[in-house]
Amino acid sequence: MDKKQLIAALHEILPEALILHSDEAQRPFECDALSAYQRLPLLTVLPDTIEQVQAVVRLCHHQQIPLVARGAGTGLSGGALPDNQGILMSLAKFNRILEVDLDNHCARVEPGVRNLAISEAVADQGFYYAPDPSSQIACTIGGNVAENAGGVHCLKYGLTVHNILGLKVITPEGDLVTLGGACYDSPGYDVLALMTGSEGLLGIIVEVTVKLLPQPERKQVILVAYDEVEKAADAVAKIIAAGIIPAGLEMMDKLAIQAAEDFCHPGYPVNAEAILLCEVDGQNEEVSERIMQLRDLLKPTQPIAFATADSEAQRQQFWAGRKAAFPAIGRLSPDYYCMDGTIPRRYLPQVLKDISALSSQFGLVVANVFHAGDGNLHPLILFDANQPGELQKAEQLGGKILELCLSVGGTITGEHGVGVEKINQMCSQFTTAELNQFHAIKEALDPAGILNPGKAIPTLHRCAELGAMHIHHGQLPHPELERF
Amino acid sequence: MHDQSLELQQQVINALEQKQALTIRGGGSKAFLSPASEYLTLSVQEHQGIIDYHPSELVLTARAGTRLKDIETVLAEAGQILPFEPPQYSDKATLGGTVASGLSGPIRPFTGRVRDFVLGCTLINGKGEIVKFGGQVMKNVAGYDVSRLMVGAMGTLGVLLEISIKVLPAFPVEQHLTQTLSPLQALQTMRHLRSHNLPLSGLAYDGQLLHLRLSGTGSAVSATARKLGGERQNASDFWTQLRDHQHSFFQQSAPLWRISVPPASDVIQVDGDQLIDWAGGLRWVTTTQAAEQVIELAASLNGHARLFRHAAAGQGRLPVLPESLLSLHKKIKHSFDPQGIFNPGQLYSEF
Repeated sequence: MDKKQLIAALHEILPEALILHSDEAQRPFECDALSAYQRLPLLTVLPDTIEQVQAVVRLCHHQQIPLVARGAGTGLSGGALPDNQGILMSLAKFNRILEVDLDNHCARVEPGVRNLAISEAVADQGFYYAPDPSSQIACTIGGNVAENAGGVHCLKYGLTVHNILGLKVITPEGDLVTLGGACYDSPGYDVLALMTGSEGLLGIIVEVTVKLLPQPERKQVILVAYDEVEKAADAVAKIIAAGIIPAGLEMMDKLAIQAAEDFCHPGYPVNAEAILLCEVDGQNEEVSERIMQLRDLLKPTQPIAFATADSEAQRQQFWAGRKAAFPAIGRLSPDYYCMDGTIPRRYLPQVLKDISALSSQFGLVVANVFHAGDGNLHPLILFDANQPGELQKAEQLGGKILELCLSVGGTITGEHGVGVEKINQMCSQFTTAELNQFHAIKEALDPAGILNPGKAIPTLHRCAELGAMHIHHGQLPHPELERF
Repeated sequence: MHDQSLELQQQVINALEQKQALTIRGGGSKAFLSPASEYLTLSVQEHQGIIDYHPSELVLTARAGTRLKDIETVLAEAGQILPFEPPQYSDKATLGGTVASGLSGPIRPFTGRVRDFVLGCTLINGKGEIVKFGGQVMKNVAGYDVSRLMVGAMGTLGVLLEISIKVLPAFPVEQHLTQTLSPLQALQTMRHLRSHNLPLSGLAYDGQLLHLRLSGTGSAVSATARKLGGERQNASDFWTQLRDHQHSFFQQSAPLWRISVPPASDVIQVDGDQLIDWAGGLRWVTTTQAAEQVIELAASLNGHARLFRHAAAGQGRLPVLPESLLSLHKKIKHSFDPQGIFNPGQLYSEF
């Protein structure tokens, strides 16, 4: 089917206004927030009913046309990068909150509803939706599900997978399937968990039932500063070992602290090598008790500063610096590249030292911001894409950092997804049998291979070709494969 | 307490070569959940041992045959718990069986269920390969979430070898209160309490008493207990009895149904006795009413009923799936176990 025939076929399904085919009209869809990768789709569609989505999926299935679904495009791994031979489907028109059921602590929403809009819709009634990725103002719940998005409150409240109760999904063959609902469990396989974080490869989400939580009575945040990164890392381990699960436990290194302070003046001590932001929430009495406990606990860790937010405004201000860390660091350099490895927390000091060594070796500055509570690192590599070779160098350094995370038993991505960005590192994280298992799942659900092809799970050939370049300890990864 | 992965793998390979199906078995404490099977038994119960545990990481990795009580003992020494309160219908309950059956205890509405805490697993797939998914970190989105897919799959997708679980600190203080209420009042109270951020870890109703379990810091628990009122039950083992079905409610001879409903649902109109758990979301019912009626009733409430224990037939039954979902199940099953050798009929009769 050529482009003309495809447009004609789509006209049977969608009103003309919902089909975009010119380069100009499609330009806004050529990339997501990983803008180093850009590509125009053949066509873009903006369906506004489930039946239209289903019909487009069926068409793609029968004609073997690649189909990439997209929310707000705030993803950081290129998961929504279009296929130039395929259709890009924006779910932006699915932007309604369908039902709020406070008695059962849930809401049914369409995939194009923004993350923050859910909390805003139920705030007056004392509820909220817990996952809060830093893009929550713009990102949509459908994208959150596809990427299993996290945020700064994961340690206590979990990822997207822990905060959704149900999904309506269009399978790659065009069937509408309902998974879960308002109950605390559902029979059979946990297909909902399989769909969550599958990066648009296994289905198109057309409705999400999210879990709503009652707002905590009180939140309090402390800011603790250290003259050595190791001391901050030790403090994190001490807090957890003492049986405290903070709502958020974040760490920033010197460069990130200074950048944030220059950018929005949150009141961070700029002489510190590292700061921790530790938020405790819950009942009033509980919060007071925990803050006292934290003060006693952290005294022996020799902080150079310890501050409790003395008002809600100051609490917000402490967080503002952390939340603005990426754009703040962005001001220091024409471009930055954000990594997302996760490691067992005890390796934090070692990994930070190694990252710093790699940074010197590559001659690129790395700032560190991370969700210390759950070991999720966000090293930001500063570079200038206009300098020939710098992007490649930044990507190489990024790859090294991810391999470092793997070498201590971590993972290449904690919350941003694999997309196109980390697909090569998937070859390092998984064996041939494991990748084959992923492919078997994909083939079972999407026999025509139409949904988001080329993302998330690398082909074995790709790994083999890469393997020829990266030989570890004299041994080729995936040695059973032919090389060509 | 040694690693039997390779022996188990060899048995799977042999079964594949002989085209013989296997029934995977841990401690057998939940054998009543599935139909009796005539296939060869693959016993995982000696594949025991905690492999990795760093309390400050909040992660424990153990072999599938490790008994829950052994895990709980080790966790208790570090002041930590399995945050989903898995039932132990006997001392032999294993971690593998817990994950395979996906059953969680009274704490479920407040902290989460088994699958919420599974971080990674190693398994033998239907090709006889040992494969590993997820890991030992709390945030991990590399590849499909195969580990969570294993929860509740009843061993039909592979033989679990090792499982990494997120654990949590034990609550500093716990208190058990009761209030005498009618079923309707009990459900209303549950609904009211759930809509506030309170240090709760259990809300159940036994037909006469609403049981409240408060867990948290000392000050939070006392402040909440003062606010809520009720009779304080010291040294009560109600919650363990509820979790393990040792409570007198579970000693009746009529078939036991497990009905999962949206928690704010009204009292279920069914003959027989009811015990309400999960803050209203789980209704245990003993009734001699026809299975079709109970299933229909649950469906009318947007819930689902499972025949959990049936003395006469000696087997439970899962709710029927809609055709589109059943078809997805078959595809997923085939992708892990193309020859269909793992636990045929143990989850659904169709595969």
